[in-house]
Amino acid sequence: MDQITSILILALPLCMFLLLGIFGNKMSHKMAGILGTLGMGVTLILAYSTAFTYFFSGNELFVDAAGNRLQHLVFDQTWLAFTQHLVIKLGFLLDPISAMMLVVITTISFMVHLYSLGYMHGETGFQRYYAFLSLFSFSMLGLVVATNIFQMYIFWELVGASSYLLIGFYYTKPSAVSASKKAFIVTRFADLGFLIGILILSFYTETFDFMTMTNAPENVLASTGGAVFMGGSVLTWALVLIFMGGMGKSAMMPLHIWLPDAMEGPTPVSALIHAATMVVAGVFLVARMFPVYLMEVTALEIVTVVGALTALYAAIVACTQVDIKRVLAFSTISQIAFMMVALGVARPDIHEGVGYMASMFHLFTHAMFKALLFLGAGALIHAVHSNDYTAMGGLRKYMPVTHITFLIGCLAIAGIWPFAGFFSKDEILVAAFENNALWGVWMTAVAGLTSFYMFRLYYRIFWWNEPDYEHHGHVPHDAPWTMTLPLIILAAVSVVAGFIPFGELVTWSREAYEIHINWTVAGTSIAVAVAAIALATVMYRKENELPDKLASRFKGLWTAAHHRFYFDELYMFITHKIIFNLISRPIAWFDRHIIDGTMDMFATVTNKVSYAIRGLQSGNVQTYVWVYLLGTLLIAAVAVICLV
Amino acid sequence: MESVGSIILYFVIAVAIVVFSVLTVTTRKILRSATYLLFTLFATAALYFSLDYEFLGAVQIAVYAGGIVVLFVFSILLTSKPGDKSEKLASKKRVLGLFAALAMLVVSGYALVSRCCMFAGKPAMEALTMHKVGETLMGTGEGEYLLPFEAISVLLLACIIGGVVVARKR
Amino acid sequence: MDITLMYYLIPSLIMFCCGVYGFITRKNMIAILISLELMLNAVDINFVVFNRFLFPGQLEGMFFTLFAIAIAAAETALAIAIIINIFRVAKNIDVRDLTKMKF
Repeated sequence: MDQITSILILALPLCMFLLLGIFGNKMSHKMAGILGTLGMGVTLILAYSTAFTYFFSGNELFVDAAGNRLQHLVFDQTWLAFTQHLVIKLGFLLDPISAMMLVVITTISFMVHLYSLGYMHGETGFQRYYAFLSLFSFSMLGLVVATNIFQMYIFWELVGASSYLLIGFYYTKPSAVSASKKAFIVTRFADLGFLIGILILSFYTETFDFMTMTNAPENVLASTGGAVFMGGSVLTWALVLIFMGGMGKSAMMPLHIWLPDAMEGPTPVSALIHAATMVVAGVFLVARMFPVYLMEVTALEIVTVVGALTALYAAIVACTQVDIKRVLAFSTISQIAFMMVALGVARPDIHEGVGYMASMFHLFTHAMFKALLFLGAGALIHAVHSNDYTAMGGLRKYMPVTHITFLIGCLAIAGIWPFAGFFSKDEILVAAFENNALWGVWMTAVAGLTSFYMFRLYYRIFWWNEPDYEHHGHVPHDAPWTMTLPLIILAAVSVVAGFIPFGELVTWSREAYEIHINWTVAGTSIAVAVAAIALATVMYRKENELPDKLASRFKGLWTAAHHRFYFDELYMFITHKIIFNLISRPIAWFDRHIIDGTMDMFATVTNKVSYAIRGLQSGNVQTYVWVYLLGTLLIAAVAVICLV
Repeated sequence: MESVGSIILYFVIAVAIVVFSVLTVTTRKILRSATYLLFTLFATAALYFSLDYEFLGAVQIAVYAGGIVVLFVFSILLTSKPGDKSEKLASKKRVLGLFAALAMLVVSGYALVSRCCMFAGKPAMEALTMHKVGETLMGTGEGEYLLPFEAISVLLLACIIGGVVVARKR
Repeated sequence: MDITLMYYLIPSLIMFCCGVYGFITRKNMIAILISLELMLNAVDINFVVFNRFLFPGQLEGMFFTLFAIAIAAAETALAIAIIINIFRVAKNIDVRDLTKMKF
């Protein structure tokens, strides 16, 4: 693993961004698209070779004699040296999770690049779209290979910015503009916590380096010297604040409100950023800092609780949404919450920290099948020109490829053997049960809900009854090969990814760990999933009255879930009614009337006085000279008298 | 102790300067005013000669007396009509002018007189040769003036062009 | 008796005051210009005299005067060009009539 390759992995997408961003308008659409895709393809090859070398070459740089994997600094360049301790470095850290993330990001990104050739065909701003995709890939790659928390923060903000740009891609649509603003403001609010957490942590540890912190977390704990703030140790506060940044990015409750709206962006962007890569940055952050989190179990318990609540909440809401992208968005929130829970329940003394491995495993498989589902949804939207499943139904006959791949995605997310989701979700449930039976039961229930809403979606799209497509002027059909090829590849990966011996590759201690499936847990979860699927089949396979009956029976619950439990309204209430009225308005009034008023007064007085005395300007040169001379003489007289 | 001759010379020059200056601004005919200015400038040139700055005195005569006054005379002839020989001074203006001039005189005069004991007689100075003036004017070292000289030449050029542009007929 | 610096500064001061008086009282612009020349000349004398009496080995004051004369010549030429132009437009050069340049 040489430096050139690692630099190229980051530099290629950046160069593509600059090239397409600056010269994009001079190129044809096709040229820009192919250029961007080729650039990403080369990055994909480089990243794969890097990951392969890291995991399988057996080089002593990457693995020690006992078979434990090592963290390897490819390079770590000092960028800004403010003081002895406040040194900001930029580098490339290679370890199991960053190598895994390289694979995930480049795979999904390449698929999306390829897919977008078809999906975005003929859109205005096509070159801009590819430029932003490249910018995002660059930022995300920089984030996962960050050697220190500050570099991570920089790229963290960069992915936020590129996400903002891509959500607001259709910037002429007011809903897209407000969605992008919402995403930006909410994540920025969360990042404020992240930054404060970074500052607290680095204030005590006097370092930003991940390796320094994670290899000797006892020192981090010791460096705080047992300082306590408002009933919690300083380290807990720092870690919770850092987790707050992760909550914003990963859409954990209550900072999840931006993600459903982010679906205003083009669907491939939702697949890349808001399903597979950027939103798992929060999980990645906690995983990166995991040894430090282990020092403060309170922080991990907070992670667990937040994750579990979010998982249940998002799963319930997903059962009632009509917009298929919204369903997938809530499903994403729920699945990321699964990963958070897995990290939260992981303890080194329980199955050698299986939760950590499970979380990363689920991150990997989820990225694949969720990208698949989103790209499938994109194909559907492309075909029927609507986001709502009410405009779909019976599509299995018209779009066979999309149908099969979407079904595979649904089976994978439902956790049916042998699809990828089964293996990773099983490990998460095992970890949850080992930690606390409550979490185990809770997460199993959420897994059941997951199967239910996914198959509800599946049946509503591909079965149910068929609307009159002829009437709308055209019959839906499968998308062109640039769009179906990524679907097929991702579907294939979703089928086989579960058999990757993940425990040998990624564990929290970087020691190899053999996965053994706990058939009690797995059997239960499969049984629950199958039951949920059966229920969905009964309710949604053919058009019937049952769903409406159930909805009116549990009217309160259904309406609340349909309105996402009024979170947006709550935020609106807090911001508009409380913050705007009680804080912003008085401040604005103060600014407008007191501060501006003072300045205006100066201006008005100057103006008035000028008008009053302008008669003194007679236009007569001799008067000017006379006044000037007398003034000079006055000063001179004072000087003469004082200096005698 | 100066020689009697130089004292007499000084007084002649000083009286000439004072008298002609006053006449320059009090005479009511503009052409006379220019003539008295000429005499004042001559007296100034004489002052320079008496202070051993022959070159400066020569420049004063050549440029001021020879150039500028001639310019004045020409412009007076160009701008005055045959009839208006004199101009009456408004008394208010006169008072104002007198007040300003006397105030100036009092303040500066007081400053001078109160420090009169600080001044010594004229020190000896080695003769200022033309050679030295030329070297100082054309040198580039410290206390030498090639760059200002060039700047002045550019200024004069600009001034010629400016004069032509401003005064030409449209 | 010694002729000290004072003896030269007094006539120069009187000359300057005459210039001030003339500048403020005269109406003809050329007369004003002449008063201006008087003031300039007074300043020139001061430079030379200070140079001669206080720093007899140096030439700074003298050269300052030299350049001041050159600039005075340039300024006069330009001013007269402007006055002639004004005369051509306004048919007289009374400074009291030229009060348009104000608010």
